[in-house]
Amino acid sequence: MAHAEGQQHPVAHAGGQQHAHVEGQQHPIGIYLKIWGLLFVLSTASYLVDYFHLQGYLRWSLIIVLMLLKAGLIVAVFMHMLWERLALVYVIVVPPVLLMVLLGIGALEADYTFFTRGVFFMKGLL
Amino acid sequence: MTQAIRTNAVEPLPLPEGVAGIVSDWSSDQRAFKNVPWGKAMMWIFLLSDTFIFSSFLISYMTVRMSATEPWPNPSEVFALTLFGKSVPLLLIAIMTFVLISSSGTMAMAVKFGYEKNKKMTFILLLITAALGATFVGMQAFEWTKLILEEGVRPWGNPMGAAQFGSVFFMITGFHGTHVSIGVIFLIIVAIKVLRGDLDNERPGFLTGRKGKYEIVEIMGLYWHFVDLVWVFIFALFYLW
Repeated sequence: MAHAEGQQHPVAHAGGQQHAHVEGQQHPIGIYLKIWGLLFVLSTASYLVDYFHLQGYLRWSLIIVLMLLKAGLIVAVFMHMLWERLALVYVIVVPPVLLMVLLGIGALEADYTFFTRGVFFMKGLL
Repeated sequence: MTQAIRTNAVEPLPLPEGVAGIVSDWSSDQRAFKNVPWGKAMMWIFLLSDTFIFSSFLISYMTVRMSATEPWPNPSEVFALTLFGKSVPLLLIAIMTFVLISSSGTMAMAVKFGYEKNKKMTFILLLITAALGATFVGMQAFEWTKLILEEGVRPWGNPMGAAQFGSVFFMITGFHGTHVSIGVIFLIIVAIKVLRGDLDNERPGFLTGRKGKYEIVEIMGLYWHFVDLVWVFIFALFYLW
């Protein structure tokens, strides 16, 4: 990360001190503006997926990839996860990742759920 | 009997990076989250629990959506707006998305100016964030009104298809809208604190003896970005599916 040093940017005049004390998360404003722009582009892209009526696996993969990219950018830059210590990052990020795995397994099983529902509700008709 | 020798640790203890850092932080027999104010760590823990609440909503939505035997109403058509005599799909939702993302951008900059102790800019940016949040809630109220009065959607049924559409929609967007509304209120509170100089003078907050510090702007920001984050998932999974 070219930007990583922004966090502990030493004060220019640092005479004798080794490290200027910098409070909290301080980063140049440019990175926020860039990520903001990027989020706009990604949102427009996901809106266009619907606008052009893309269907099937193309629609699905685009929606999910754009969603995860946006979520990742917000958490990493806006919420400063990129610059936190790993002890905090793992506590916060690992549980939702496990949830997503669970959700993915659920989605894969969905056709089976639908099938059994269909069988159950159609029983009277057949 | 030998006496224990006291040593003064002049140098702060080293903080290793990477996986070694996780091990040393968690086994340090002190607080595990180094370099992070306790309020910020607690906000993260709260947001994690909130993630699980919204996840259970989205999982239940996934379950009913995938197993509903009646056809699901097409969100692209349900949420279309007629503009200049032409029906544009999902227009209102797209605008709401951009409004919320913009509010996230101004919030991130408010945090930056807060740590720089730039009172005026922080106050202005916090107010813009609150205004964008209120705009979002207003548009949501418009959307709900249109859906209830014109389309006849109810939590127990709707004329377009699967009855679960209404219940899931009102629960998920209602819960998210509540989060946004609470966020707007707290944004205004924090903005007033900034303007009044509470954070410069370390004036204790309402109902707490803790001194005011600029980290509360960042903690507020975490909550606000989380609200935006949840919307990203709702937008993708509910409206675009």
